[in-house]
Amino acid sequence: MVASLFGRPIYIAETMEQMYLIGIGSLFLVVLTGLFSGQGFAIAFANELADFGAKDYLGRIMSLAIVRELGPTLTGLMMAARVASGITAEIGSMKVSNQLDAMRSFGIDPIRKIAVPRLITLIIMVPTMTIVCDAVAIFGAWLIALFHAHISSTLYWAAIRERLIFGNIFVGLVKPVIFSFVIAFISCYKGFTSEGGTKGVGQATTDSVVMSSITILIANFIFTKFFFPILKGYL
Amino acid sequence: MIELRNVDFGYEDKLVLKNISFRIDQTESVVIMGPSGSGKSTILRLVLGLECPQRGEVLIDSQNISVMSEKEKRELRKSIGMVFQDGALFDSRTVGENVGYYLIEHTKMSWKEIEKKVVEMLGFVGLDADEIIDKLPELLSGGMQRRVAIGRALLSTNPRIMLYDEPTTGLDPQSTENVLALINKLTRERSISTIVVTHQIADALSIADRFIVIHEGEIAYDGDFVGLRECRDERVRAFLGPFRASMDLVAEKRFMNGV
Ligand SMILES: Nc1ncnc2c1ncn2[C@@H]1O[C@H](COP(=O)(O)OP(=O)(O)OP(=O)(O)O)[C@@H](O)[C@H]1O
Ligand SMILES: [Mg+2]
Repeated sequence: MVASLFGRPIYIAETMEQMYLIGIGSLFLVVLTGLFSGQGFAIAFANELADFGAKDYLGRIMSLAIVRELGPTLTGLMMAARVASGITAEIGSMKVSNQLDAMRSFGIDPIRKIAVPRLITLIIMVPTMTIVCDAVAIFGAWLIALFHAHISSTLYWAAIRERLIFGNIFVGLVKPVIFSFVIAFISCYKGFTSEGGTKGVGQATTDSVVMSSITILIANFIFTKFFFPILKGYL
Repeated sequence: MIELRNVDFGYEDKLVLKNISFRIDQTESVVIMGPSGSGKSTILRLVLGLECPQRGEVLIDSQNISVMSEKEKRELRKSIGMVFQDGALFDSRTVGENVGYYLIEHTKMSWKEIEKKVVEMLGFVGLDADEIIDKLPELLSGGMQRRVAIGRALLSTNPRIMLYDEPTTGLDPQSTENVLALINKLTRERSISTIVVTHQIADALSIADRFIVIHEGEIAYDGDFVGLRECRDERVRAFLGPFRASMDLVAEKRFMNGV
């Protein structure tokens, strides 16, 4: 699949179609996720910080937590739930109804025709959706800061901006790229290898969502634990 | 030209084809018959290179398909048309996009030009183009889907090999006749090798003059109609039993016509 990524032909029309389906289709979900988890976390942190009289740090904490951890992970999980299932189900049902073989019989490579457009789309859309999620979550936290924790807007935004340094943003955008590979590989693999009729496709779809979600969480941890310290030296 | 040399093939642990050898020349048509599960569809899959034999060779125009790279196989398949047993239509594409699939993928023709050919082809297989061209395949009846699948396989620039897996099963007599006429026309006009898998003995007779009977993965008979009628092989006789009457009828007709 990686080799195919650089091979020809690249199916532009399919990729555009996927951009629309995967991107626009996930927007609403990601906005809701960002808004409510941003607010939820903000309330919890605000209350806890208030005990120490450190409410003013809310912006800093939210900025860090959202951009580096929450945004990428939540978006990754949401995309895994919504997109991985769709991809596996679609490829799986094409497999069991011989459509993949029919495609091959026309001299078309299903990997290039089906998997690569989805991979490219995810590489672009997961980071994009992460940015949306980040923005909405920070906005949601701002509402909490303003109306629940009674922190001044200026203070909040100044704190946010202070932690929005290149390093954090970079980490926050490398993660979703990794997640996009995780989602694309697992969902396509599960689709292409599904067997045993519609029941098999159902099973593969479930496996696909579970496996990509867990892999995202593990990959996130590994990245934060091992790669971030290495990166930190250079940023 | 299609040639199988001592081919063994199995799915996982089960041997499905045993020591299959035959050779089909350019412009020759062959009918493959045999009981359900005897391995007929599997032979077509081998010819397409969708499966690789565990032993022996599959040669297309003297090229061994098992040693080809995926890329070479894709190139080769462009010149092979296949009608799958279950149609295998792309269910999220319209009938028009299905039938025009080859042209859409492999030529630079505009949709207008392709559409014209698609309409023509749909008429050819006896379907009302205006009514179904923009519909999804699932909205068609089984027989209509089958004809769409045949149209899809036929509408490529120039196939050199055509493989039909039970093309007339489930069709009414009129459509059956159309499809058979189509297969014959294509075989004659374009000098291609054709393999047709069918259970319909009457259809088989109108398509080809060479018959291969498969029994549990082995070739039980390979030869012409006269030999088939007189074949002493137990397995062939058992399979042909129910078709005796219609075979005699055909033989009679042929005799009358002086064939
Ligand atoms: N994907 C597969 N995995 C495992 N076994 C298979 C697979 N496809 C076919 N078989 C087995 O291979 C044997 C031959 O199958 P094949 O489809 O070639 O039969 P057929 O002669 O075309 O039968 P029919 O007339 O019913 O279409 C069968 O016993 C079948 O169970
Ligand atoms: Mg079959």
